[in-house]
Amino acid sequence: MAVTQLIGARIQRREDPRLVTGHGRFTDDRSPRGCCVLQVVRSPHPHARIRSIDTARAAAHPDVLRVLTAADFRSVLHGAMPVTPSFVAEKRQVPERFPIATEEVVYQGEPVAVVVARDRAAAVDAAEWVVVDYEPLPAVVDPIAALDPAGPRAHAGAPDNVCWDVTYTGGDVAGAFADAELVVHGRIVQQRLAPTPIEGRVVVAEHDPYDERMTIWLGSQNPHFIRLFVSQALQMAETQVRVVSRDVGGGFGSKISPYPEDYLVPAAAKLVGRPVKWVETRTEAMAGTTHGRGQVFEADVAVRRDGTLLGMRLTQTLDVGAYCGTFGAFQAVAVYMAPGAYRWRGVEGRTIGVLTNRVPTDPYRGAGRPEGTHLVERMVDLVARELGMDQAEVRRRNFVTAFPFTNPFGFVYDSGNYHGSLDLALAAVDYPSLRRRQAEGRAAGRYLGIGLSTYVEICGFGPSAPTAGATGGIALVEGAQVRVFPTGSVAVYVGTHAHGQGHDTTFAQIVADTLGVPMEQVELHHGDTDEGTGFGYGTYGSRSLSVGGMAVRGASLLVREKARRLAAHLLEAAEADVLVERGRFAVRGSPASSRSFQEVALAAYGANLPSGMEQGLEAVHYFDPANFVWPFGAHVCVVEVDPDTGQVTIERYVAVDDCGTVINPMIVEGQVQGGIAQGIAQALFEEVVYDPDSGQLRTGTLLDYLVPTMSELPVPECSRQVTPSPTNELGVKGVGEAGTIAASVAVINAICDALQPLGIRHVDMPASPDRLWQQLQEVRRP
Amino acid sequence: MIPASFDYRRAHDLDEATRWLGELGPEAKVLAGGHSLIPLMRLRLAQPSALVDIGRVPGLDTIRVDGDRLRIGALVRHAALARSEVVRRALPLLAEMAAEVGDQQVRARGTLGGVIAHADPAGDYPTLALMLDAEIVTTHGSHPARDFFQHLFTTPLQPDEVIREVTFPVAAGPHRYIKFRRRRCDWAIVGAAVQQSDGGWRLGLTNCGPTPMRARAAEAALAEGRTMAEAALQAAEGLTPPSDLRASSDYRRHLARVLTRRALEQAAA
Ligand SMILES: Cc1cc2nc3c(=O)[nH]c(=O)nc-3n(C[C@H](O)[C@H](O)[C@H](O)COP(=O)(O)OP(=O)(O)OC[C@H]3O[C@@H](n4cnc5c(N)ncnc54)[C@H](O)[C@@H]3O)c2cc1C
Repeated sequence: MAVTQLIGARIQRREDPRLVTGHGRFTDDRSPRGCCVLQVVRSPHPHARIRSIDTARAAAHPDVLRVLTAADFRSVLHGAMPVTPSFVAEKRQVPERFPIATEEVVYQGEPVAVVVARDRAAAVDAAEWVVVDYEPLPAVVDPIAALDPAGPRAHAGAPDNVCWDVTYTGGDVAGAFADAELVVHGRIVQQRLAPTPIEGRVVVAEHDPYDERMTIWLGSQNPHFIRLFVSQALQMAETQVRVVSRDVGGGFGSKISPYPEDYLVPAAAKLVGRPVKWVETRTEAMAGTTHGRGQVFEADVAVRRDGTLLGMRLTQTLDVGAYCGTFGAFQAVAVYMAPGAYRWRGVEGRTIGVLTNRVPTDPYRGAGRPEGTHLVERMVDLVARELGMDQAEVRRRNFVTAFPFTNPFGFVYDSGNYHGSLDLALAAVDYPSLRRRQAEGRAAGRYLGIGLSTYVEICGFGPSAPTAGATGGIALVEGAQVRVFPTGSVAVYVGTHAHGQGHDTTFAQIVADTLGVPMEQVELHHGDTDEGTGFGYGTYGSRSLSVGGMAVRGASLLVREKARRLAAHLLEAAEADVLVERGRFAVRGSPASSRSFQEVALAAYGANLPSGMEQGLEAVHYFDPANFVWPFGAHVCVVEVDPDTGQVTIERYVAVDDCGTVINPMIVEGQVQGGIAQGIAQALFEEVVYDPDSGQLRTGTLLDYLVPTMSELPVPECSRQVTPSPTNELGVKGVGEAGTIAASVAVINAICDALQPLGIRHVDMPASPDRLWQQLQEVRRP
Repeated sequence: MIPASFDYRRAHDLDEATRWLGELGPEAKVLAGGHSLIPLMRLRLAQPSALVDIGRVPGLDTIRVDGDRLRIGALVRHAALARSEVVRRALPLLAEMAAEVGDQQVRARGTLGGVIAHADPAGDYPTLALMLDAEIVTTHGSHPARDFFQHLFTTPLQPDEVIREVTFPVAAGPHRYIKFRRRRCDWAIVGAAVQQSDGGWRLGLTNCGPTPMRARAAEAALAEGRTMAEAALQAAEGLTPPSDLRASSDYRRHLARVLTRRALEQAAA
């Protein structure tokens, strides 16, 4: 590798000046000439039969071009929306989903008709004039109640509401429980969350019937998958469909799967013969963009009295929603990650996917790993409590210490140092003196709590073998193309997609170091399916650096190697004697004779090439990692709970994360801080609420759905430990989700620790003042 | 979303405003800072036929002390109230409340008259207006605050009636407003206001019923010489606060007591 100058440097994100000065290019900035506006008429009912749709009055609006329903769309859209196996290949039933309801609506917000009009005001007005005659049907609004065979079905006529029901067993579970000296039970609810990116979803489509081309602009984390799915539905070749996803104002997993509008907008453009734009409102986003979490866990943990963890049995009941999300079953990974950072004799996990009359759930930052982490970290704390041991002590006694380590389900943790990160975090907060302060405070009626979260997570999806099956054919590798122009400027095309992760900076750091050119000479391209490699795999599951970054590095190395061979030829030296140093190709032992990268780039397009070498200086590389990567760390949250109001104040939040080699510390900190913010948001603030009787969404605006702002959040103190990953030559692991995976349970463990002397054993999320006060009332009651 | 279509007129003075409102009928609405009305229109929960914008009517943004009354023009914005030296001297509690309304954008646009006219039980100024016996002076006359907040979003204002100013008694003694909320920029889940005035305590509660509330039982207990902690226990007497996503009715009653005690203790400290 070249002399490292940029890798590891604290470089400001070079995309930011453009973004923070309002020069980003978001989808809504795009309005092709003649563009009209699409408004979706949505079901107000969680479950109903459509008796009839009367579009006459809306269609008569002078500025309305067409009112379209399922019958119209069936002429241009074919087949059902995709559902991948993800972590559960064995699904019992997968309700077929067409982008617009035909006879039955199964969630509030499901499209039933669309209005295409000349302007937004007309579209919104006319949409109110579409009259849909519904026959309301009983709705399934609770995933646990949904399992009652006598209850209603989310889809009329379905045998039951079970989408999947699978049990995975790893190790000697029966033996572990037979040897148990104590079994600790826990029930943990993971509330539904709305991903709430700042930029909602937007789709613009233009159909050119003469070139037979469809261009779709939208905000997507993986535009190539959207092209794959939508081109199939439109029965167009992939070459005829171009998907462009430029700047995107956040995804958090909610912009992975294809949405009904991703199909309806291009189809409408085709049917109407004009470019069409749809811009989601926040209320539509709350109701129609996939939610995350929505799971209930029951767990039993078998332990010895000395604190040794023996075995765990758990059940995950997952609220799938009305249709199975395209990657919804990914969230079952919570079961595989339930062992956490600990050694067990056996773990058995059952996952039940349940259909309800709510918008589908799908990956949301962390997707299954926050849930698995929350479960195991809560259970470890409950064990400590029942045994009267210190929470840190139980963890230390059971940590995995030798790597690579195979967990009960056969996953191989690549590297780690769990004791090291916990020691660093506890030293940072001065744990012993905190515990003293806690004891003193209690005596004075003040309730300080200390919460630990020693997480390990799986990311960097992923090796081709397991992931090809999970997506239904496409192995999650990553491709990159590096092109060097005659003047030496470098264009890099990546299949990942940046929507807040700062790839423009980190990937340029890798390329610049590998080629030995200044960063400014390197330009990054992503998000346009007409450019770069044949397929791009996108950005999710903290995979971009450890898979995409390696593809970028690999393609850069191919370029460098060709340049070196060419330089040897130009320098009339043996290839083996030519070294690359600081952007120059020099002959070993005679540094005076050398060629710059620019000179070699120009020569690559000239006539003086070694025999057999073709002109040009460019390369494509696909990287297929040998394993997932396994970031880990220790977070400590210190809270004070006001016993009179139930108000929680976070006094300190310390995070020690180990994501292997760090390319850019500033970006890592940004990712960790943002991730922690979302974890705290789940712990204390956010919850999607549906009315338990009517099934109506009650958190339809940001007035009701509490996304915390900077004023409500602590500034986490982030530090690091570096244990390089052996899985890739960069030594990197992902860090996009780590903060979220770790944080929710650090906060909840702190609250439970604070309230332990008052008799509170467990607290569910969000730990709102009202909820805590109610719980305190119950334990205070004689 | 975008509002349904409506007519828009900008009034030059209040006579013009009332005349237009009379002509346009009860479906027309006054527009002041727009920070309650426009959000409702965007969600199409309000669909007025016309807006009569009083935002540029001169003379409605003055603040002055007139004898023992503080007179504040209907168009005075939250930010101006929070900054005003006059308010800080004559009725510091009002300035402190104003500094905590919504966020910066809301404080830059929203008006005192708008909050009073809107009569949202979560609005902060109505609590102070009620507990201190403010007067709401309009184009048609004057309403004592105790008769003004009739129910949720309901006041005696006629469709063509416009608030000119609100007058408060000058009160610079011990005071405190505790606004309990989840996010800094949010409305009060419960607010407790205390002000010492004429030697006695006035206690008000925000968002504990369909209108602002006065904690009269607690006031009486204080007058009888009970301790603050004892008196505060009676702060929820007669309240039947709403239950919503933020808080249950019981929890609001509890908060009314806890916050009143804390407000009294902090005011006295
Ligand atoms: C995010 C957000 C947070 C907020 N937080 C708070 C808070 O914490 N506390 C709080 O008190 N408020 C809060 N508000 C409301 C804010 O203070 C509004 O500005 C206020 O409620 C209305 O004042 P306005 O001037 O904007 O009135 P408008 O929105 O213009 O009008 C509101 C209503 O009053 C009528 N009206 C207005 N002026 C007059 C007048 N002079 N005579 C007769 N009728 C009139 C209008 O016709 C309309 O019906 C918040 C608002 C937002 C958007």
